[in-house]
Amino acid sequence: MNKFETVEAVAVPLEMPNIDTDQIIPARFLWRARSEGYGQLLFNDVREAGGFILDRPEYKGAEVIVADKNFGCGSSREHAVWALSDAGLKVVIAPSFGDIFFNNSFKNGFLPIVLPEQRCNELRAALARNPGAKVVVDLENQTVTGPIGVNDGYGQDSFDIDPFRKELLLQGVDDITFTLSQGEAITAFESRYLAETPWI
Amino acid sequence: MARTLFDKVWDAHVVERLEDGTCVLYIDRHLVHEVTSPQAFEGLRMAGRKVRRPDATIAVVDHNVATSDRRSGIKEEDSRIQVETLERNVEAFGVPYFPLLDPRQGIVHIIGPEQGISLPGNTIVCGDSHTSTHGAMGALAFGIGTSEVEHVLATQTLLQKPAKNMLVRVDGKLPAGCTAKDIVLAIIGRIGTAGGTGHVIEFAGEAIRALDMAGRMTVCNMSIEAGARAGMIAPDETTFAYVAGKPFAPKGAALEQAIAYWKTLPADAGAVYDKTVVLDAADLAPMVTWGTNPEAVLPVTAVVPDPAAEPDEAKRVQLARMVEYMGLTPGQKLTDLKVDVVFIGSCTKGRIEDMRAAAEVARGRKVAPGVRALVVPGSGIVKLQAEAEGIDKILLDAGFEWREPGCSMCLGMNPDNLTAGQRCASTSNRNFEGRQGPGGRTHLVSPAMAAAAAVTGHIADVRELV
Repeated sequence: MNKFETVEAVAVPLEMPNIDTDQIIPARFLWRARSEGYGQLLFNDVREAGGFILDRPEYKGAEVIVADKNFGCGSSREHAVWALSDAGLKVVIAPSFGDIFFNNSFKNGFLPIVLPEQRCNELRAALARNPGAKVVVDLENQTVTGPIGVNDGYGQDSFDIDPFRKELLLQGVDDITFTLSQGEAITAFESRYLAETPWI
Repeated sequence: MARTLFDKVWDAHVVERLEDGTCVLYIDRHLVHEVTSPQAFEGLRMAGRKVRRPDATIAVVDHNVATSDRRSGIKEEDSRIQVETLERNVEAFGVPYFPLLDPRQGIVHIIGPEQGISLPGNTIVCGDSHTSTHGAMGALAFGIGTSEVEHVLATQTLLQKPAKNMLVRVDGKLPAGCTAKDIVLAIIGRIGTAGGTGHVIEFAGEAIRALDMAGRMTVCNMSIEAGARAGMIAPDETTFAYVAGKPFAPKGAALEQAIAYWKTLPADAGAVYDKTVVLDAADLAPMVTWGTNPEAVLPVTAVVPDPAAEPDEAKRVQLARMVEYMGLTPGQKLTDLKVDVVFIGSCTKGRIEDMRAAAEVARGRKVAPGVRALVVPGSGIVKLQAEAEGIDKILLDAGFEWREPGCSMCLGMNPDNLTAGQRCASTSNRNFEGRQGPGGRTHLVSPAMAAAAAVTGHIADVRELV
């Protein structure tokens, strides 16, 4: 996993609430090998319908999505994070997320940020007024700033993140490496627990 | 301190608590299927790691297998590749597996309880959001992503923070024609698709206690549609009677010992929930979703809502989009909606009780002209049981298709799909845009309601047919 560095990039406002993982990556593509990449399949069916905001030239190279409530709800498919990540995105900012999507994000060096609904609305409005404007996401200092370079200030927000998850992202360490370092504790637990619950 | 059912199961599985509250959580059962596991096994291989507890793991194919006759092999190439990949992986890593032609093959969330693999008090995970189903056993069961699948395979643990506790109490008795499916759709209609986010929902109350295990699994299955991390129901005599005699369940003295422990799991008197919602079952009617998420649900007697009547602009835009996608007219009666396809099956509603409910409505009737009606048992065991009871014959005589077990038309990744514009009454769990095939229009209903739609050719109130 790569270390998560500060992102200064174009941000896309996505207005729909409840964007589910079936929309992010339809199920019929899930059998593809990870190495083939999922980026070009991101929002496949919505894009085929035409006029999708991510396809507009001013949002080319976007690395940040600013979304509405309950982003990534529905199916557990990690392919949704892979599709976003393979398409070059690094951050989604939203008032709330589907729990499994939220968890999956961190395992891929992808950062989901929760900001209050009002601030997400304001940030999307500011980005819509300034298509192609950039924002800065600084994980170390836990801030979102932007849109930058335009005189139409949205400003800066701080966001919360579990210290443990932040550390793993900044260091680019995956969970398994960490957990395997706890091997003795797991073995000790396992032998006691399985003795107490022989039916398991 | 008084603890909830969730608190107790959680506490019993904490290996270690880190400084920020993240826990190393021990996992009792890991269910594996063909779609979300290939990259996880690949990860193990690349790192030279083993599966820590193959004996706590079980693999099956369900998501993308065709539900047509499969004795001559899998015709679809993409499906065959995934099945073969899983078979190579389970062999290389020594994971137990129910092959496609084994009668125990079926939807992962049907076979876990059916085989006695999923037990009360367990922590159960699977790379599938509907793992919440197993919470009906009184287990803590939740869906995980592929990285977490790899994590559990390698370590038999997960890194998790405890969820918050939410209680959904359904008091009273269900009226005739209403089922577990109607209960859970009504709950989602009330609390919304994000109503349970960050929480584990415990379902309780007289109407939940009265449900059989199949009904309880239906309710827990759809907890994820309310955004919850998991759903749980306290184990009781109904649970113990269900577990007894299942192939992988404990037997004799071990079962006695287990039951004694399981009886300690229900919430203590005075346990505190972060959120509580109360419904009265007596107020329920058979439910139908009309829009493109499960909270867009109404009683079958209702009409299509008018987006123009919605004061909030963002909501108005969303409602209008749903009405357009679903091909509806505001004010139209739901019972006037003609259906092209009926799908009875899925991890929500593919159990023997669901087959019986469909057959009861179908008996002596015919599928309406122009309607395609599929019935897909959730496992080979369900299929055999239904055939022993003559259910297949009732359904076939009525003009339904009787198919092989699998996820089928629930999710649009195998040959069972809607085409654009087709309207479907479906017993599955998601009515998202394109979920059953690009452009497909899904109305979620109970099996009896789905059978009623099949024989009338439109969304129908099953209470008028029985």
